[in-house]
Amino acid sequence: MADHAAHVPGLAHHFVSMEQQKEAGTIGMWLFLLTEVMFFGGLFLAYTIYRAKYPDGFLQGSHLLSVPLGGLNTVVLIVSSLTMAMAVYYSQLGERKKLLGFLTLTLILGTVFLVVKYFEYAEKFQHNLFPAYWTYNPAADHPPTQYHGQVQVFLWIYFMMTGLHALHMIIGIGLLLVIMFMAHRGKFTKEYNSPVEIFGLYWHFVDIVWIFLFPLLYLTGFHVGGGH
Amino acid sequence: MSLFSFQVPFMPEQASKFAMEVDLFYIALWLLTIGVTVGIVIAIFLFMMKYKRRHNGEIPEQIEGAMVLEITWSVVPLIICIGIFAWGAKLYYEMYSEPKEALEIFVTGKQWMWRAQHPNGQREINTLHVPVGRRVKLTMTSEDVLHSYFIPAFRTKTDVVPGRYTTTWFEATKPGTYHLFCTEYCGTQHSGMIGTVTAMEPGEYQLWLSGGTNEPPAVVGERLFSSLACNTCHTADGKGRGPKLAELYGKQVKLNNGTSVTFDDTYIRESILDPAAKVVENYQVIMPSFRGQVSEEQIAQIIAYLKSIGPKDSGTAAAAPAAAKPAAAKPAAPAKQQ
Amino acid sequence: MATEVMAQAEESQTNYLNASHTVKSWLLTLDHKRIGLLYLFSISIFFAIGGIYASLIRLELITPQGDLMSAETYNRVFTMHGVMMIFFFLIPSIPATLGNFLLPLMLGAKDVAFPRLNLLSWYVFMVGAILMLITIMSGGVDTGWTFYPPYSSIYSNTQVTLAGVSIFITGFSSILTGLNFMVTIHTMRAPGLTWFRLPLFVWAHYATSLIQVLGTPVIAITVLALGFERTLQIGIFDPKLGGDPVLFQHMFWFYSHPAVYIMIIPSMGVISELIANMTRKKVFGYHFVAFSSLAIAVFGFLVWGHHMFTSSQSMYAGMVFSLITYAVAIPSAIKTFNWTATIFKGSVSYDTPMIYALAFIGLFTIGGMTGLFLAALGLDVHLHDTYFVVAHFHYVMVGGAIIGYLGGLHFWWPKMTGRMYPEIWGRISAAIIFLGFNLTFFPQFIVGYLGMPRRYHAYVPEYQVWHILSTAGASLLAIGFIMPVLYLAWSLKYGEKAGDNPWMAAGLEWETSSPPPTENFTYQPVIDHDAYEFEHVKEIKEAAAKEAALQTA
Repeated sequence: MADHAAHVPGLAHHFVSMEQQKEAGTIGMWLFLLTEVMFFGGLFLAYTIYRAKYPDGFLQGSHLLSVPLGGLNTVVLIVSSLTMAMAVYYSQLGERKKLLGFLTLTLILGTVFLVVKYFEYAEKFQHNLFPAYWTYNPAADHPPTQYHGQVQVFLWIYFMMTGLHALHMIIGIGLLLVIMFMAHRGKFTKEYNSPVEIFGLYWHFVDIVWIFLFPLLYLTGFHVGGGH
Repeated sequence: MSLFSFQVPFMPEQASKFAMEVDLFYIALWLLTIGVTVGIVIAIFLFMMKYKRRHNGEIPEQIEGAMVLEITWSVVPLIICIGIFAWGAKLYYEMYSEPKEALEIFVTGKQWMWRAQHPNGQREINTLHVPVGRRVKLTMTSEDVLHSYFIPAFRTKTDVVPGRYTTTWFEATKPGTYHLFCTEYCGTQHSGMIGTVTAMEPGEYQLWLSGGTNEPPAVVGERLFSSLACNTCHTADGKGRGPKLAELYGKQVKLNNGTSVTFDDTYIRESILDPAAKVVENYQVIMPSFRGQVSEEQIAQIIAYLKSIGPKDSGTAAAAPAAAKPAAAKPAAPAKQQ
Repeated sequence: MATEVMAQAEESQTNYLNASHTVKSWLLTLDHKRIGLLYLFSISIFFAIGGIYASLIRLELITPQGDLMSAETYNRVFTMHGVMMIFFFLIPSIPATLGNFLLPLMLGAKDVAFPRLNLLSWYVFMVGAILMLITIMSGGVDTGWTFYPPYSSIYSNTQVTLAGVSIFITGFSSILTGLNFMVTIHTMRAPGLTWFRLPLFVWAHYATSLIQVLGTPVIAITVLALGFERTLQIGIFDPKLGGDPVLFQHMFWFYSHPAVYIMIIPSMGVISELIANMTRKKVFGYHFVAFSSLAIAVFGFLVWGHHMFTSSQSMYAGMVFSLITYAVAIPSAIKTFNWTATIFKGSVSYDTPMIYALAFIGLFTIGGMTGLFLAALGLDVHLHDTYFVVAHFHYVMVGGAIIGYLGGLHFWWPKMTGRMYPEIWGRISAAIIFLGFNLTFFPQFIVGYLGMPRRYHAYVPEYQVWHILSTAGASLLAIGFIMPVLYLAWSLKYGEKAGDNPWMAAGLEWETSSPPPTENFTYQPVIDHDAYEFEHVKEIKEAAAKEAALQTA
């Protein structure tokens, strides 16, 4: 029978060829990323509407965030996209050691991002800036501003957007560990490496979301040369 | 029979100026629907009978399609649809445009009752008395959840939203009593949040209106302005800690961020509840919020008062002489500066 | 005849049903056909639950007073009716059952692109469903299936958050199915099977999958935001904290309007298959019908504001939404005319699937055209949130989507199970469903225009006669729905064994055994002709040859 050809390692049995499998996986990931755009899109919509409604509150809220830390995180993620791209490149060449090396770098950078995020969140909690009814009390540590109601709106948007993003980073790191394990076991060859590339797509997407979040949340009204 | 109505079975009474046109529109659409449906059903029945399969091995002549037909039955329905859209949009534009010289009534919805307040202060719960032959505009807000003010006989409906004012208007054409329903699900007694709308001849309406012992809202508002100590900062001479509010209703006010805003109902209400949101130029942010201390009705009364002391040409029916009598409405003496 | 011999041979042949009988082989299956049946079984249960809630509603509404149950209970009953029917029956129905079963067969493929994701989608669905059942057992929700705040975020003291979590999770099932289907259609078509040779059922599922993939994430974020609002009071939708309750409506309807197209487009795909095969004619205007599915999917994303004409949305926004809504109506009209033209000069069979297809055309026309009433701004002001709306959407969702689903179920039953259902009972129950349905819902147009609001537990006495008619119809409809459950189950054991192609239909799924083997085909299908080419159907050729032989004999 035509479909019982020699078993190609990594080829799932319902696919006719490796090309078909790779094409399916790639299209599948792009579609999934499209759903993620729609998912985050709802929050970007809320951001747009409320920023138009409360420009001053957003300005004040943005000043509560640390541009250096956010900037550091942005650089960290961009570099991690670079290391991820290198990992994909070496997977296509079949070079296991370099692949693992770059995956490890990506892992480290991703973790750095999350650690920085943890410190940012911790500081907010300490200053009672998490906008839940039992903790939110900005007046405790800051002079009362005329816009504190609006700042609360900014803060919940900040937490929801960066929180959702951080969740996607955590999931990404989990998947990355799986990919690293598979790489370690020698599962990826010149012929079969699409999981690395497909995971790379996800990682780049999470990076791109941050690249939008950073200016919208951290850089509102930011002027180089201390216009804060 | 009134010029503005005809009774058709299966339809509510036509009791407003809108109703007849809405009903005509409705009937026209049913005629279209029945026409199209019957047409298609008859065609199908005929085809079913004429082309019944006669033997198992039969394959009929295959027809791929006909561009002319496709275009016709795309374009013709499109034109009909655009026509329907235009009629609907025209009606909607009339229903949602600001009516000129309308009698203004203020309505509050809350779980699970309707409160209405007339310009002269007459209040009612779960009922609404309106004069026939006069445009009536309802300004509405909710104290809690979403509601909706539906009068089937008038063919009007607008949602009642917490945190903002929505408006609806109509002109009743036939005296009578009609249903009033809440039509936005609002909790347990949603189906109990109903009442009646009574349209009356203008003379009878005036009689009903003066039957109450309530004071005009502007008078109550003036008392509130003093009892809540608004006048201690918003002094009449303009030298207090807050801006002078007389002669201001309807005018543009400059804010401390460079933009300006109209001193209207919405801005007044916002300033009472969230004074830091928009602050007038050259003034400090020290006005406290009165959220939780004033009801929506009281806010409306304060607004009525501020309207009554506004620039002379901005008055509406609400500030008509019958309401705010200048003699009785002397502002409280300006408090001493502190 | 050759077909009889083959049928006997297949009794002993392995097919996907008898390949393995263990529970594990069903619960851990990667076979799209078995997954389709898993869905069929589960959604039937949820339909029954939704149906029980419907019966309670209709029983309460026989009398104007709220005398059967308290207002609190009634509010939970209509909410859970909506939630069960929409999220746990209608949205999965055709795609997850018939779509899952048929798509690889129609494409000449062995399975969908991601079989493990397919199984995962069923498990995700079941987790969401179990959470909703837990919600029901903890008293249910009383906000209406639309969950509008501030009532749902602040005032309701029912299990809103739990219901929200359930819907959030169930949404992923829909996304995974849609994603799977799109990739499958793009990458796994058999050699020679170009896009314009695809059956219209496949086109319909492609359009539906597009909506599932793009729209569902928005309800996910909406429900997530509502959950945070309710548990943390962060202030998104609460005007006292600077939020906007109408923002929720925008976000909610941005998904929920396209969602109704998820419910109807697959049904339209089924109708195309039924009409073509029951009249032995290519669907008239194939390209138009194919593109109309895509047009509905795309335009469907642009009309959500037509649910909000009275919500204090800007009047001008309302006009834009109304105009685009009329644009969406046109592709549906095109389909209806094309189906009617397909019957013209066909070779028409009166079997049950055809009866369902015809019922669909009639009922969907009424349902669709009453949508035009609601899209008309000035008229919608009167009709919004009345029983007219209830009647409209039941005409399209029951008279349209469910009728199509039942027609498809009957048509492909022999393929899925290897057994025929009893034709006479098929026709009788179709007739009962048709009559019961119209009696239930047509009076609701009338009582809606008279002013009867939705979600009312008690009403003014003058509306009673319409409610009595409606409940009478509902009793008939219930009987009509129960009958197929009984005779389809009966047919599994006692139904006449079906051959490969009992309908002599065109389509790849009919070119393999009934039921098909696990790998769908024992050969690699190669396509060299369009869809609905009846000349290629060997059963018809054989029948024609037999008749010719008899004539010359």
